[in-house]
Amino acid sequence: MKLFNLIRIALKALQRNKLRAFLTMLGIIIGVAAVIAMVAIGQGSKQSIQDQLSSMGSNMITIRPSSNQTVGGGARLDASGLQSLTLDDVKAIQKQATFITEVSPAVQSKGQVINGALNWPTTIQGVSPEYLTIRDWPVKDGISFTQEDVNAADKVCLIGQTVAENLFGTGEDPVGKIIRFNKIPFKIIGVLAEKGENAFGQDQDDIVIAPYTTVQKRILAIPYIQNIYASAIDENSSALATAEITDILRTSHKLKPTDEDDFMVRTQAELINTFSSTSQLLTVLLTAIAGISLVIGGIGIMNIMYVSVTERTKEIGLRMSIGARGIDILFQFLIEAILISITGGIIGVLLGIGASRLVTLFLQWPTLVSESSIMLSFMVCAITGVFFGYYPAQKASRLDPIEALRYE
Amino acid sequence: MSNKIVSIRELKREFRMGAEVVRALKGVTFDVEPGEFVTIMGSSGSGKTTMLNILGCLDKPSDGKYLLDGVDVGSLSRNELAVLRNHKIGFVFQSYNLLARTSALENVELPLLYNSSISSKMRHERAVKALEAVKLAERLDHLPNQLSGGQQQRVAIARALVNEPVMILADEATGNLDTRTSYEIMALFQELNQQQGKTIVFVTHEPDIAAFSSRTITLKDGKVVKDNRNTQVRSAREMLAALPVAADY
Repeated sequence: MKLFNLIRIALKALQRNKLRAFLTMLGIIIGVAAVIAMVAIGQGSKQSIQDQLSSMGSNMITIRPSSNQTVGGGARLDASGLQSLTLDDVKAIQKQATFITEVSPAVQSKGQVINGALNWPTTIQGVSPEYLTIRDWPVKDGISFTQEDVNAADKVCLIGQTVAENLFGTGEDPVGKIIRFNKIPFKIIGVLAEKGENAFGQDQDDIVIAPYTTVQKRILAIPYIQNIYASAIDENSSALATAEITDILRTSHKLKPTDEDDFMVRTQAELINTFSSTSQLLTVLLTAIAGISLVIGGIGIMNIMYVSVTERTKEIGLRMSIGARGIDILFQFLIEAILISITGGIIGVLLGIGASRLVTLFLQWPTLVSESSIMLSFMVCAITGVFFGYYPAQKASRLDPIEALRYE
Repeated sequence: MSNKIVSIRELKREFRMGAEVVRALKGVTFDVEPGEFVTIMGSSGSGKTTMLNILGCLDKPSDGKYLLDGVDVGSLSRNELAVLRNHKIGFVFQSYNLLARTSALENVELPLLYNSSISSKMRHERAVKALEAVKLAERLDHLPNQLSGGQQQRVAIARALVNEPVMILADEATGNLDTRTSYEIMALFQELNQQQGKTIVFVTHEPDIAAFSSRTITLKDGKVVKDNRNTQVRSAREMLAALPVAADY
């Protein structure tokens, strides 16, 4: 018996019962569509979180002061008031660290920027020129400031897109204009490319960037620095870089082995892992639910195949009497079950992709249909067909032709 | 021996029903020559159905020998029996047993689908030829529910012819039909037998039908009680012509 003939026979049998075949398929269709859509939503949110985190610079390492001293009654000091990081630390890291490519000190201040009649509350970030490399942040128009500007504490700045939009009308070129930050005039020498929101929903483009010396001396009037940004050679070496920085800073801070660190080192990789594991859990849960519906679809197939075998006992008897062997009958019903599940799988995949698109379109949720989820649900479908189709098919193949023919 | 279509020697068939043993056939012996039209008669309980199942290779004898076209049926496995049925036997059932929602042509093609040595082109040609032989060439695409009982039975006969079997085995093939239609069917069987030399074994309990065959074997209580040649074979076509035309026709 040729396989082709068997497929023909199975197709004909399904054609004779189109509605029932479709209703049986429905379970699989919904199951597969659910798997595809759920995985797409899960993967999409994971991807968008990763993208957002990477937009902050995926190799970026942040060093913040942390309180290791207690005052008076044992209360720890607020970190923002700490002055434990200095320019010497930056220089020490620059000189000694081997897993670090760029280092930049950083000081921030909040304030109002004013351009003529327009004003906007924002943050000024005082950094060194390396900062833009660390953040992987290109200048769209104009130029960046240089080490000379830092040395001279020049009143120059770069502005983010949000600041540009709020202080300048359309068609107006901010480069070369003078704006005031807390009454201190800054010359805009460049506009930064758009960066979008970060993983916490903060607008990264709402910023003014200036040489750290300028911010230290002219705005904050402080000698210390608030943060240090650095970038590791690559994402994988961020753990090594962290250890290295910790060593360097402990030495330069002259901490005894028993002392706690008076700083904190955080990497983007840690953040990415935290967020990824959350969305990973979400994906697993959604997939499990969708998987259950697939199994229910499979049981639906089994149920219908059993009914079908009973209902078509006479047909089976006839087929046997005209020369169908047990294995021909087995394959006929098995192929019917597989055709139902695979056709259902194909429709389900298409429906799942469609549903993902709709979710993106109407709910603005990011979705990502992965090939692996399509392959996986497709394989599960085929296996479901074989698994749930086998027993009814075997029952059919073992019928006694005499009794089957007499069955009413 | 080998040129006989059917050769049955001391054939016995017993069924075990719990502790009891039911002996359906108690030593049956007969031959069927090529080109014969044999009816097997018998009331219910005579072993007629068991005989039919064995003749049709659906069942195997408990004892004795059954050679179909020289093949010893008793020694074959379930699968080998299926292949034997496919190649050597054409069944015609009382209730037609056509596949619903399947055209006449596809119903007739069915036995050939289970024969992998036949191409789809050949399958189609032979099915058309078989339907022409039963005068249904105009109704190839009709579904069973668009055909009358007589026409459905003719499709079933075409299905029995399509694999060019050595023997057509009919089981009360006129049982569901009215007198006129059953004469039409019998006329078709006679034509196939006389003009094309087909060997036909017809199982029935109606003596009326037996009169159309060339030989009648009567079974009673699992034994052959009568095996006589019919010297005066009635012509179904003449009988049909003699039937009064009904008013509602």
